[in-house]
Amino acid sequence: MDILLAIAIMALGAVVLGAALGFASIKFKVEGDPLVEKIEAILPQTQCGQCGYPGCKPYAEAIAKGECDINLCPPGGMEGVQRLADLLGREVKALEAEEKPKQVAIIDENTCIGCTLCIQACPVDAIVGAAKQMHTIIAQQCTGCELCLPPCPVECIHMEVIPETLDNWKWKFPVIEIKSAPAKEAA
Amino acid sequence: MLNKLFKFYGGVKPPSNKTLSNALPIVQAPLPSRLVVPLHQSIGGMPRPVVQAGERVLKGQLIGQADGWLSAAVHAPTSGTVLEVAMHVRPHVSGLDSLCVVIEPDGQDEWIAHGPPDIATMSPADICNYLQQHGVVGLGGAGFPTHGKLTATPAVPMAELIINAAECEPYITCDDLLMRERADDIVRGIAVFRDMLKPQSVIIGVEDNKPEAIAAMRAAVDAQNEAFSVVAVPTLYPAGGAKQLIRVLTGKEVPGSMRSTADMGVQVFNVGTAYAAWRAIGHGEPLISRIVTLTGNVRQAHNVEALIGTPMNELLQLAQPHPDTDGIIMGGPMMGFLVPNESAPIVKTSNCLIAHSERLFPPKAPEMPCIRCGACARACPHELQPFELYWHARAKDFGKTQQYNIFDCIECGCCSFVCPSRIPLVQYFRFAKSEIWAREREKKAADEAKTRFEFKQFREEREKTEKAEKLAKAAAAQAAKKAAEAAAAAAAAGDAGDAPVADKAPDVAVDPAQAAKKAAIEAAMARAKAQREAAQVKNTDDLTPEQAKAMADIEARRQQAGIAEPATTTETKPE
Amino acid sequence: MMFAPAPFLLKDASVSQVMTQVCLALIPGIAAYAWLVGPAILVQLVIASLTAVAAEAAMLKLRGKPLAMFLSDGSAIVTAWLIALTFPPLAPWWLVVTGTLFAIVIAKHLYGGLGQNPFNPAMVAFAACIVSFPALMSQWPSVGLQMPLLDQLNVILGLAPRVDALSGATPLDAMKTALKLGEGQIDIAHLLANQDIYGNFAGRGWEWVAAGYLLGGLWLWRRKLVTWHAPVAFLAAMVLVSGALWLYQPASFASPLFHLLSGGTMLGAFFIITDPVSGCTTPRGKLIFGFSAGLLAYIIRVFGGYPDGVAFAVLLMNLSAPLIDQLTQPRIFGMKGRQS
Repeated sequence: MDILLAIAIMALGAVVLGAALGFASIKFKVEGDPLVEKIEAILPQTQCGQCGYPGCKPYAEAIAKGECDINLCPPGGMEGVQRLADLLGREVKALEAEEKPKQVAIIDENTCIGCTLCIQACPVDAIVGAAKQMHTIIAQQCTGCELCLPPCPVECIHMEVIPETLDNWKWKFPVIEIKSAPAKEAA
Repeated sequence: MLNKLFKFYGGVKPPSNKTLSNALPIVQAPLPSRLVVPLHQSIGGMPRPVVQAGERVLKGQLIGQADGWLSAAVHAPTSGTVLEVAMHVRPHVSGLDSLCVVIEPDGQDEWIAHGPPDIATMSPADICNYLQQHGVVGLGGAGFPTHGKLTATPAVPMAELIINAAECEPYITCDDLLMRERADDIVRGIAVFRDMLKPQSVIIGVEDNKPEAIAAMRAAVDAQNEAFSVVAVPTLYPAGGAKQLIRVLTGKEVPGSMRSTADMGVQVFNVGTAYAAWRAIGHGEPLISRIVTLTGNVRQAHNVEALIGTPMNELLQLAQPHPDTDGIIMGGPMMGFLVPNESAPIVKTSNCLIAHSERLFPPKAPEMPCIRCGACARACPHELQPFELYWHARAKDFGKTQQYNIFDCIECGCCSFVCPSRIPLVQYFRFAKSEIWAREREKKAADEAKTRFEFKQFREEREKTEKAEKLAKAAAAQAAKKAAEAAAAAAAAGDAGDAPVADKAPDVAVDPAQAAKKAAIEAAMARAKAQREAAQVKNTDDLTPEQAKAMADIEARRQQAGIAEPATTTETKPE
Repeated sequence: MMFAPAPFLLKDASVSQVMTQVCLALIPGIAAYAWLVGPAILVQLVIASLTAVAAEAAMLKLRGKPLAMFLSDGSAIVTAWLIALTFPPLAPWWLVVTGTLFAIVIAKHLYGGLGQNPFNPAMVAFAACIVSFPALMSQWPSVGLQMPLLDQLNVILGLAPRVDALSGATPLDAMKTALKLGEGQIDIAHLLANQDIYGNFAGRGWEWVAAGYLLGGLWLWRRKLVTWHAPVAFLAAMVLVSGALWLYQPASFASPLFHLLSGGTMLGAFFIITDPVSGCTTPRGKLIFGFSAGLLAYIIRVFGGYPDGVAFAVLLMNLSAPLIDQLTQPRIFGMKGRQS
């Protein structure tokens, strides 16, 4: 008799908890996939396609589904991989491709023929120009994705590394080696 | 006037070393071999150069035009020839360059025509403009354009105008000497500020380790019959921090997030700024020189009046540095920095040059782990928890550093000063702050890129849709045109069975609701139907047997070919 | 061009200075201890110190850290001395060595070394040993026994049998046993009359050791190495709770003075509660930390299974220290009276 009572109580408990969970899963359901948004917030929005996906949102969706690895984004750098790893609880791996410093594209105006092919290629509309008019790149909007380089028929676009100026200079991490003679670290 | 003094939490008492350099009077520095005047010498926009290479300039001539409201003009410190307007090293810890005007002095030190303006006729806005045009910026270290602080917030009445003469950092004595020698001009400058801001009281705060300066200021204030109170504050670093001084003199605590102290009814100016303001308003002189303390590992530490743009190594020679000097610190030992390139020029905010040597400033012991002793938290004048900021900055957990209010940190160095583990705490905080700013910039750029990308996709979709629309319209128009032509041709031929051409209305693209397209189709179909009906056999009643048989044959042939008319039409009997 | 950050002037302070001053502050207590029980305590101090330094050197080598810098910081010595002072003075040498090894290797280095241990290493060692060797840890010598040094040394090194003289209990232990045995029929006043064990106010002679620690602690406070918050809160909790219960039923509960001056109260208040690495850092946090530790220590002493509860109380509070810190962050300059 006692055993039956015990079983009945446990079963009742299970039913109550299950109902509560089911209720919560419906009442507090979150629309959309917040994980995708979180991943996308970490990605650098370069829209360059180097990861193999047509943009950062599709890559984020693929990561959320678990279809691909987190180390495919060179513009995000190792820091991006680290942050994705922290968010998703996955292993940090080295980047597939080489990490390049931040660059902007520059059009050589002497060579440009005004064909608008690069304008169509730029994923963030950072190139200003029209057919048979001079094209120029808005440096502030350029994400350095390099998608404009292949289409140009006269190869007048090249990439330049963004120099360190007083505006974007940063203090460095102040860790000095203590094992041997202290290494002097430059600011 | 009796002023009640308050205390601020924390603070440290480093050895002051001021007696090294405060015994000698101010000396006028001789003209250097050349002057490298950076254009950007204040917070805010970078001034535009208005001279070019080869031009002769006079002393006090405008060489950099202020750009925007928050910017201050720059002037030639002496007469001479402009050698170039180019990138030169700037006195910044990064050692990076900025745009400078390089002037070769001609030795004549010829002033441009100048004279005091007529203050009586000038409105407050005019005075602000005048100060901006004469390059007056905060000489306490930040270089904020002074005119930006001379407009009172309309909603908050100005209670106290505070003149910061505390000079709390060790080694520095430029304000001390300035007050001893030029107190009259300073008081006149303070009066200008007083007239602009109209505060209820004016307090000049001086640390009590400067008795001569206090006496000089009091004498000057009395001589001019002003109601300013000269208050001696207890010597404690960093009593000269603006927010700390406000706390000591008025008891108000201005939070770190409040950019303008005017929102709490109090404004602070450095005593050197007041002097510079009077040189401009009272004599028409732009800011082209300042008092600089030369001290440290030198034979004769003293103060000089140096021209802006003087290279630092040349200036330091005046104090005869000892041979074992291995660097120059710009600023004081608590907040200054080792200048990466010693030929960098003096700027408006350079208050002191300390000759560095290992004898005077022994190299620091290596950093040990933090033992959480809490000495740093007890020393912090902003009551922050530096060790928590350290742990999180070291772990690069920047969200947590902001939770612990890292941006309230004034980088005074009190925490690093007391740390028994010799951790360079302020370096960690500077690193964290610049990382956070960099990330914010990147995030902003990324958000913009994302918006542009999404708009581009939207734009492409829209273009596609519009194109399809146009195509559909064109095709519909084509079809209608063809139908009209066919109808005309059919009417001309008078052939009953020739109707179906119009029936085959072009297979239009299934685009969402295009009324015009549909209307065109319907119009065409209606026309076709009308044509068909018009071409209907009307007289089938009195058919001769031959005619009937011919019709039946045709019908049979048509059935075979599969183009028989729908049954309804044949069934319908006209009339 | 060399680079060094500001500030270029630093206060003359270092970790080894801090640790040295803590050791100096322990000396009055050690002196009283040695006078009371004989030089055995000094032998234990030596054994513990040597073990600690050796263990620290070995662990630093294993972890690839520079030896000279870390060995000279003195933190291992402080841990060693605290262990030697809380273990029985005639404990076998291997017990002290085990405790010290446990403290240095497991409680300190396995968590990351200096500044990273979440628990007070000396207390961890004490707890581990009292749980593993309860009998050996409760063998205290009778006060005033005045065994010669050589005999004491022999006992410690295990060369001589452990004699009856070692079955003397500390005053706390005696009180607890007597109360248990007496089942409430014992009058404490009657008990305390036994001068052999209980001495003038808190135990025959042990009160002098506590007084020595108090002196050292007050000196530490004057030197600004500890703030008043944690010790005052700890002692206040002790006094309040013991006082309340003593006033309620003086026959069954000892007076506050007894509790203050016996066992590890004074040592705990000034040297163990104030450990900066494992304790709270905010002023309010220290008050809460100290008060709760005092409360817990009293409860374990009187109602729990061990004669002295300071070690366990401290360990329990070490667990909660991070949470207390987070909840008691002080308001910063300019933000008082404002919503954060």
